[in-house]
Amino acid sequence: MIELPYIKGLTLFLLLSGISTPTFAGSEDVIVVNAWSRASIGINRPGAAYFTIHNATEDTVTLTGLTTPLATMPEIHETKTNAAGVSSMSPADDITIGPGESVALEPGGLHAMLMKLQDPMIEGETFPLTLTFSDGSEVTVEVPILGIAARGPES
Amino acid sequence: MQRRQLFQYGAGALAMMLGIGWWRVDGPGAPKPTGQRPLPLTAMDFRLTDHEGHEVGPETLIGRPTMVFFGFTYCPDVCPTTLSDISGWLEDLGDEAAQMNVVFITVDPARDTVEAMAEYVGYFHPAIRGWTGTENQITRATDGFRASYERVPTEGGDYTMNHTASIFLFGANGEFVTMIDHHEPREFAVPKIRRALTEDVEITT
Repeated sequence: MIELPYIKGLTLFLLLSGISTPTFAGSEDVIVVNAWSRASIGINRPGAAYFTIHNATEDTVTLTGLTTPLATMPEIHETKTNAAGVSSMSPADDITIGPGESVALEPGGLHAMLMKLQDPMIEGETFPLTLTFSDGSEVTVEVPILGIAARGPES
Repeated sequence: MQRRQLFQYGAGALAMMLGIGWWRVDGPGAPKPTGQRPLPLTAMDFRLTDHEGHEVGPETLIGRPTMVFFGFTYCPDVCPTTLSDISGWLEDLGDEAAQMNVVFITVDPARDTVEAMAEYVGYFHPAIRGWTGTENQITRATDGFRASYERVPTEGGDYTMNHTASIFLFGANGEFVTMIDHHEPREFAVPKIRRALTEDVEITT
């Protein structure tokens, strides 16, 4: 009975979170919302996926890895732009999320870089992406593939 | 004798300092021109090919206001974001955008052939042209814009490109007007483009 309001709240949150459908495997309280990606041209170019990780637990969690059947080398990368306006991209440091906090992966900053695509990313399809955390828990999210020119989860 | 030796040392040290100064400021050790204003388009000199196979150069852009940016089609994050941002700004500008040149110049000509550029720009606003060419000509182009790029190997055996991600705006006369940062919000970017669209009027009157 105590769990009921929590579940209601969670369901409401998921309904409001839009097109992405988070699923849970082990880690009940770390949720991934607003996941989206862009269609690719073939499989030679790396893809990118974006999402927001919300840590509803009472402990700090660290994202330690990504896996997906879509790409054999998925990694969190970060785009940085220096004072001269030069952008560079490199593997990001560990993403650590405090209790109750969220981290958003958005264009021009942190993103899941999907290297060595196994299949082309086709607009309208989805793919599963599994996030592994430092406590050994995993969260799998079904990521919608939007158009190449998409700007965010709604476009 | 001692005094004379001291003088010689002094003169030698002075010459060396001047030499080091020249090497670092004007000589081969001069820093790459980053953060400087781009040249006017009329002072640039490069030959590239657009995504329809036409020979193009800076003179192609004179006569209409121009927006130029650098990138590469194997770039998963900044480049599609910039291209879709620009597409959105052009939609906001509507008919005004039809008077502009909008050019995406690749910094990765080894992979971005004319065909690759044609397919890629086809996904964005139809005003966007894709230019590629030889490594040498791309370098001449980036030098003119005071832009920079660098090939960086990645752990998978591939490579990525670091590059200037700002968007350059020029008036119809080829004079540099201003720059838009790649993450600049629409409410700042669109008025800057409007300024470039009207800049010549201000210069010539």
